[in-house]
Amino acid sequence: MLASLPLLLAQTAPVDPAVQASGGGLTRFLAMLVSGIALGAIYALLALGFVIIFKATQVVNFAHGAIAAVGAYLTAYFAVTLNFPGSLIGGPRWLQWSLSAVVAILMTAVVGLVLERLFIRPMIGEPLFSVAIITLGIDILVRTITDDFIGTGVRPVGDPWGAGIWNIGGIRIAQTQIVTVLVAAAAMVAVAAFFRSRTGVAMRATAFDQEAAMAQGIGVGRIFALSWGIGAALAAIAGIFASVFPRSPGVMATTTAFFAFRAFPAVILGGLDSVGGAVVGGFVIGIVEVAAGTYLSPYADVLGVGFQGIVPYLVMLLVLLIRPYGLFGTKEIRRV
Amino acid sequence: MLEVANLEVVYNDVILVLRGLSLTVPDGKIVALLGANGAGKTTTLRAISGLLDVHEGDITKGSIRFDGEDVTEAAASDIVRLGIKQVLEGRRIFAELTVDENLRTGAYTNKDKQSVTDSYERVMDLFPRLKERRKSVAGYMSGGEQQMLAIGRALMSNPKLLVLDEPSLGLAPLLVQQIRDIIVDINKQGTSVLLIEQNANMALSISDYGYIMETGKIVMDGEAKKLLGDEDVQEFYLGLHGEEGERKSFRDVKHYKRRKRWLS
Repeated sequence: MLASLPLLLAQTAPVDPAVQASGGGLTRFLAMLVSGIALGAIYALLALGFVIIFKATQVVNFAHGAIAAVGAYLTAYFAVTLNFPGSLIGGPRWLQWSLSAVVAILMTAVVGLVLERLFIRPMIGEPLFSVAIITLGIDILVRTITDDFIGTGVRPVGDPWGAGIWNIGGIRIAQTQIVTVLVAAAAMVAVAAFFRSRTGVAMRATAFDQEAAMAQGIGVGRIFALSWGIGAALAAIAGIFASVFPRSPGVMATTTAFFAFRAFPAVILGGLDSVGGAVVGGFVIGIVEVAAGTYLSPYADVLGVGFQGIVPYLVMLLVLLIRPYGLFGTKEIRRV
Repeated sequence: MLEVANLEVVYNDVILVLRGLSLTVPDGKIVALLGANGAGKTTTLRAISGLLDVHEGDITKGSIRFDGEDVTEAAASDIVRLGIKQVLEGRRIFAELTVDENLRTGAYTNKDKQSVTDSYERVMDLFPRLKERRKSVAGYMSGGEQQMLAIGRALMSNPKLLVLDEPSLGLAPLLVQQIRDIIVDINKQGTSVLLIEQNANMALSISDYGYIMETGKIVMDGEAKKLLGDEDVQEFYLGLHGEEGERKSFRDVKHYKRRKRWLS
């Protein structure tokens, strides 16, 4: 993974054509803002899943991007290749696609559960550093298998909105971006509601004090598995929307998996152990990145093309200099 | 009824902490387990409530039976389901959660809504203080309130046996009395109690039976009243030395050496 870091940095989000076509001044700013919020929603989902896994199990999950790619690939497979379950039940195009996506997301959640059971559960009680290295291994394993399924080409996820653009008073907004924001908002509300439920409260309790949670009769192993399931499902949603217009023409080997690493600045920005911080960090990074792409493009001859790709990391560095535990993270010294 | 027989516990495969400990907690009674630091009191509790794994401990010999069922190797969650609930030493409340949420975690194993509501009412009756602070974040409460919350949380699953690890730890004398009265109340409502304490006076004053342990073994046991009157217990745990006003010379004090090891 580290060897391919230059590739990771070189591969940056394409400048949103909708924003570029939105003229200048305020309209351009608003179009940029919407585009940034949409990108931020994807980062926020990735960061949220990452933080949920980290909080519940103290595991830094380097396989998060690979899992996101699994979700995107499965959606492409079910929606485009199989047309399942759409071909069985019919109905409007968007409904068929959504059902395929739901099936893919649920299957990705199962992949998360299986990964936890196979590789993470036996490591309970081992040093966290070892577990983090194991997730690096999981990343390579899952990515290699998914890459093999994806093949060398680009696999469109087959979303019904395609390159459609809405023009609202001169502000041009890609339809997929509105969908992204709505779906992400729904997912975040669902996560917030889950944290108020019986199991959700148990998960927060486990995250705070495992032994005390066990003393209450909470099955800590089940909570661990569940956190991986939820994390994987959120990663899958993010992976799907990272693979649609205008970000990417579809699922691509390695590229889609590495996209998720760009959410890492969002996690650090918000604080590794802050669920709210992950969401805020995601949106901040998304907006900053699109703003940089929009307003810095005239200086491409100085800064180089794709400068917006490193802006999130600059923000992350800046935050780490001032608040090493992130904007909302717990102020404590943690041994990793 | 809880029956612990000849329990041997080893930490990290080498550190022998309990060497054949036996004790019984009959239904509806309060039993006190006393001992100096490092005697193995907390280890005994961990073994009973299935929390040894977390600390790399293993039960190598002996058995624990609760209501006739063998729970020696049972998982913590199953033990809670059977009706043993432990209040951990140092309260260990979930500081980031609200009081209500803390109580809900205590009711995790209890899926019957009506019974959860009943337990909640019971806890609120026992601890009116918690009722006032239902929505506040648990970490901001005082030590006494946190201890009440820890006991209340344990009661939420309606346990048959409540295991308390030093409930008076770090509390002001007035609060210790309050906690003491609450333990008596809980016991009167039909819950058996196994109580670990450094505060031997408080523990024995409310217990029916007492065990005294030293280096992983029970060295003395008997009716709580009998223990309270015992000369050795008075000297080593209650801090009483003979007649009042009697000055002790160092030579007199030294005589404890003669009794440093009790024969059981």
